[in-house]
Amino acid sequence: MKNDAVIDFAIRFGFLILLVGLVVYFSLSASGFASPRSAVFVLQSVAITGILALGVTCTLVVDGFDLSIGAVATSALMLSAYSMVILEHSAFVAVLLCLLMGAGVGLLNGILIVRFRVPDLLATLGMMFLLIGLQRIPTQGNSIATGMRLTDGSTAEGTFAAGFLWLGRHRFDVVLERLVPVPVVVFLIIAVLIWVFLELTRHGRLMYAIGSNERAAALVGANVNRYKIAAYMISGVTASIGGILLAARLGRGDIASGNNLLLDAVAASLIGFAVLGAARPNAFGTAIGALFVGILLQGMTMMNAPYYTQDFVKGAVLVIALVFTFYLSAKRGAGGSH
Amino acid sequence: MNVCKISSLHKSFGQNHVLRGIDLELNSGEILVLMGANGAGKSTLVKVLCGFHQADGGQIELAGQPFAPLDASDALSQGVVTVHQSIDDGVIPDLDVATNLMLDRLTRPGAGLMVRDRHLRREARKVAESMGLKMDVRSRVADLAVADRQMIAIARAMARAPKVLILDEPTSSLSAAEADRLFALIDRLKTQGVAILYISHRMSDIRRIADRIVCMRDGAISGNFDQSPLDYDAAVTAMLGHRMTDVDIDPVAGEKPVLSLRGIPLQMGQPTVSLEAKEGEVLAITGLLGSGKSKLADTIFGILRAEGGEMQVDGAPYAPRSVADAMSAGVFMSSKDRSTKAVIPAFDIANNMSLPFLGAFSRMSLLSPAQQTKAVTAMIDRLGIVCQSSSDGIGTLSGGNQQKVMIGRWLMKDCRVLVLDEPFQGVDIGARRDIGRHIRATANSRATIVFVSEIDEAFEIADRILVLHEGKIVGEHRNENVDLDALIAQVSGASAPNQMAGAQ
Repeated sequence: MKNDAVIDFAIRFGFLILLVGLVVYFSLSASGFASPRSAVFVLQSVAITGILALGVTCTLVVDGFDLSIGAVATSALMLSAYSMVILEHSAFVAVLLCLLMGAGVGLLNGILIVRFRVPDLLATLGMMFLLIGLQRIPTQGNSIATGMRLTDGSTAEGTFAAGFLWLGRHRFDVVLERLVPVPVVVFLIIAVLIWVFLELTRHGRLMYAIGSNERAAALVGANVNRYKIAAYMISGVTASIGGILLAARLGRGDIASGNNLLLDAVAASLIGFAVLGAARPNAFGTAIGALFVGILLQGMTMMNAPYYTQDFVKGAVLVIALVFTFYLSAKRGAGGSH
Repeated sequence: MNVCKISSLHKSFGQNHVLRGIDLELNSGEILVLMGANGAGKSTLVKVLCGFHQADGGQIELAGQPFAPLDASDALSQGVVTVHQSIDDGVIPDLDVATNLMLDRLTRPGAGLMVRDRHLRREARKVAESMGLKMDVRSRVADLAVADRQMIAIARAMARAPKVLILDEPTSSLSAAEADRLFALIDRLKTQGVAILYISHRMSDIRRIADRIVCMRDGAISGNFDQSPLDYDAAVTAMLGHRMTDVDIDPVAGEKPVLSLRGIPLQMGQPTVSLEAKEGEVLAITGLLGSGKSKLADTIFGILRAEGGEMQVDGAPYAPRSVADAMSAGVFMSSKDRSTKAVIPAFDIANNMSLPFLGAFSRMSLLSPAQQTKAVTAMIDRLGIVCQSSSDGIGTLSGGNQQKVMIGRWLMKDCRVLVLDEPFQGVDIGARRDIGRHIRATANSRATIVFVSEIDEAFEIADRILVLHEGKIVGEHRNENVDLDALIAQVSGASAPNQMAGAQ
């Protein structure tokens, strides 16, 4: 009995304790780690991945998966650059186009999956390839920047609008001057919104029901197809927000950025399964999962660990989290926190 | 000649005693039909025989030797071969016929590394010919008809020269012509001296092939019929059972029709179904598997579109296009097959029970857990669900209590028509009584339709009983001094008028 209580405690709080332990360890051994600037730096480093991870969490909730988020984000990056630099649109139009593109890709993913019965992994994998290719066609594979030479021989006259760059570069004064960057604020807002949606609304509850037993959910009158499409649309929109923020930070349509976004985001949401012993996709866990990776990497960097060890560390964290989720929680037996 | 002898076999799953001392003998060259309603323990018995489960007590002898298979492949190698209900368990659809027939050779220890295709095909052709199969052995199994796939599953089984062949509801997805081919094959195997255990409750199949019938009920053998001609009605009685129950029902004759169906076709070439469910009454609809019960239930709840005819709720036309449509017209249904169609395993009791009506427990889509808990706790008390609290995981409950949650789900809100499809499936007698009592106690303000395959259950809950057979209504009884023989005859389809007279 006592043993069970220990295991239960470990499953529930193990990951959070590990997180606190890491913070304490880095604070003691790396000078400057425990400062507001460093904390914000961690948040900034995970903000965009975290936003993508929150979207993919929604698809995981309905027992789906969205592999196209990375490609949607980079497409948004290229689209915003194309829109402002070549088409000379305003920041507002550029952002709107990106959000519509994200929603449209999500809708298409959803339709492929529920109408044409393509398995989720394959549908979104296909979409990923399609987008990676598509975003290169208008510029013949080149990155987009002001002054670049266009196919008709003219030069691109447009520039990134100041309002657009504000999204990636402005910092709010909180405690210290110019401390909290906009992407961090956006990340926190999206995290709260997705959390409220999944945990507190009936729509979120029904999405969890669909993920657990789709047929049973359909037989209580839930519109399963519509909820699934909605999940992919949320995922597409959040991914495009991530792309917009990335573009605003970089200030150019860089063809090579955002390579790691997909894997990092998926890792964060899978690590999230282990937080609080949820053993299921959840917004809080996803946010913590993203932070966990960020803190670990920041701490290691400050302790002079070489950059090429980063992916290895992320992988190790993910594997440990998955063991937490699938081995220990399975031992705990059937239960439900909903 | 006796091939397989089962004596006092026991098997429990937790507290659920599924097999309570089974004695059974299988003889070579004989087709033994095993009948039993859902949950009687047939499939557990089969799973013990084919090595999927280990028995808790009793013994099995195979050709005089003790037989206690460790796993499925052990049972196979000792000569007990099973063809399961879902055909695709028995074949590999993406490979060709030859590979499927010869698959066991490929897994045999000492089989060569390289597959010699020509040799394989030659051998496969021999097997196919010996079974009277005429298809090209190079065709892909997935491209074949269902019956052919099934024949291949059986042929593959026969390649091992089994002593015992178990067929678990083999005709459930076959057309009549396909079934005839299967029966011809079974007859052929019978003359080769195989002992065949044939599980079915389709009366037409049983009439066609049975040499002997054994009935199971509640985990025990409830009848053994080997006198020719076989007494099919008695077998159905033994299968469905009728112990006088101590439930006392004073049948209510409702007046105001709530749900009326006119001319709903359930089966090709059969008369359409018309019925009325009245306010305050509990109407039970009974019939064997394949009688059209599920189709009727699904049609009423908007899962299937009616192929003709019309339905009305309270006099207004009712043609639901979806479950949501049906619910908004005040028609609720608790589905059968709890675990696949009703339970949300990840949720606790409160969320499982309130799932259809989350809208009623939320404001601007934001859920109110307090309201949810309050309503659910009240229902838990009313139905006597045994649990710690409404936040227990659904998986921690026993089957009976889970079913109470699933029924309670549809009692959370008032409705006009409540349909319960097999509400007592896998439920112990205590829970069954609790559910039945509560359904009757609340039946006043609505029409209630209960689909049951066990006659006892109909007697326990209904005011009026309708009998469905092969898609048409063949009998109607007020639940008071029911002529049981006539009812059984109707259920088993032996109720052509002249036979009715004989059955009194």
